[in-house]
Amino acid sequence: MAELRNRNFLSSATADTVTFEQIDELVEWVKRIHGFDFSGYSRASLKRRVTRIMDLHNLTLFDLKSLLVNDYAFFEEFIIEITVNVTEMFRDPGFYRAVREKVLPYLASFQRIKVWNAGCSTGQELYSFAILLAKENLYKRSFLYGTDINTRVLDLAKKGIYDLKLMKHYSENYLESGASGSLSDFYTAQYDAASINHSLKKNTLFSVHNLVSDGVFNEFQLISCRNVLIYFNVELQQKVISLFYNSLCPFGFLCLGSKESLRDSELSRRFKVIDKAENIYQKIE
Amino acid sequence: MIKRKIFIKKLNNLNKDIEKRVREAKVLLLGCSAGGFGLVYDLVLGLPEDFPLPVIVIIHRSKKYRSSMEELLDSKSRISVKLAEDKEQIKKGFVYFAPPDYHLLLEPEGFFTLDTSEPVMYCRPSIDVTFQSVADVYQENVIALLFSGANADGADGLAYIQAKKGLVGVQNPEAAEVRTMPDAAIGRCQVDMILSNSEIFSFIGSIATVLNSVKDGKD
Repeated sequence: MAELRNRNFLSSATADTVTFEQIDELVEWVKRIHGFDFSGYSRASLKRRVTRIMDLHNLTLFDLKSLLVNDYAFFEEFIIEITVNVTEMFRDPGFYRAVREKVLPYLASFQRIKVWNAGCSTGQELYSFAILLAKENLYKRSFLYGTDINTRVLDLAKKGIYDLKLMKHYSENYLESGASGSLSDFYTAQYDAASINHSLKKNTLFSVHNLVSDGVFNEFQLISCRNVLIYFNVELQQKVISLFYNSLCPFGFLCLGSKESLRDSELSRRFKVIDKAENIYQKIE
Repeated sequence: MIKRKIFIKKLNNLNKDIEKRVREAKVLLLGCSAGGFGLVYDLVLGLPEDFPLPVIVIIHRSKKYRSSMEELLDSKSRISVKLAEDKEQIKKGFVYFAPPDYHLLLEPEGFFTLDTSEPVMYCRPSIDVTFQSVADVYQENVIALLFSGANADGADGLAYIQAKKGLVGVQNPEAAEVRTMPDAAIGRCQVDMILSNSEIFSFIGSIATVLNSVKDGKD
């Protein structure tokens, strides 16, 4: 009986389906066929995501490879599944409070405010910034760029329509960030959906950009890239931070996730810490 | 000092097989949820500064309350206690807590990665996620203990570690404040040890004794 039970346990949750070596092979495979380079990504995270995809579709490694070669639609699905797209509006309310209190007064002194939300996924963070700027009457001279490697999440971001059930949690975040009024001032509810107000979509552009392979495309007053770097190894993190450095105007701001940092790089000395706990920096040279 | 005495006492009934696996261990994992905080607190407080394995603790807790458990423990205990940081190298002499609202993964090169993917069974950090990830790196050289808790998180993780021939134990459900978590694990795999609270203390004490004797060549 015990034996039988144990055998049943050899499902995905309890058995190793793919090794790190096989992950490396798969990464190489994807790079050659599709030109996407995941070799700088966290292998522990990739392994977890790949295992999940194999479970979800009931695939062996062989099946997975053959689908990646033969089925482009599946490749898109693969990209979505191996990258983490979890996001929310006003995630970490303390961060938005710090931006409002310590960054926006400075940003207001720029004639034009260009914001880059790198790794924007389905757009919740970008719209949170848009709301923040609108509340301070800065939106009309702002422009917000959201980028991701994943076209399907970008389509959702452009629409800006979210499950109404999520709005309750987002509203709690909003209030906790210390903002006045209510989040519902910025969306329209219809049936089960909440649609971000059109006025907030006016000065936005969502487009594909790959932090691994693409370069500087504009000059920004603020760059926000939160909980993206944790999926990269240290070398790739450094490379991306230098991309951000080169994309910021003098005295522009860089916002990272609360558990991310500039590390001890040459570049870290060219930034001033604006808020240590919330990881907000300003380029000073 | 009283705590230290408890630790030095070697578990008498540590059988040969378990002792052998303790000898080969490279990491100690502790997981708990509701009702397990006090136990983990006392355990960490009792660890000697030269405890021979890195320790990783996964506790379910809300991100809404900034917890100072690590700071408090760090100031009170002999071993260093901290929140695991992204891309930090795992070392012995440290007890690492998973930060609230992140999953904690271990890279094959031995450093941590934080992860914000979906909660598992409503939990982030998830015990299953970390247990599986650490077992992927250390294979059979893992000791994992699961304590009191109100859901089944950790059961899959223990089963995964066991499938890789790691050593797994749970707090006796009778002794646990909330028995759901150890019960789930017992239902999910053939755990190597079911331990009373005092046995948990002496087992961890014997890890130190066994491994330090290997190190000192007194074996």
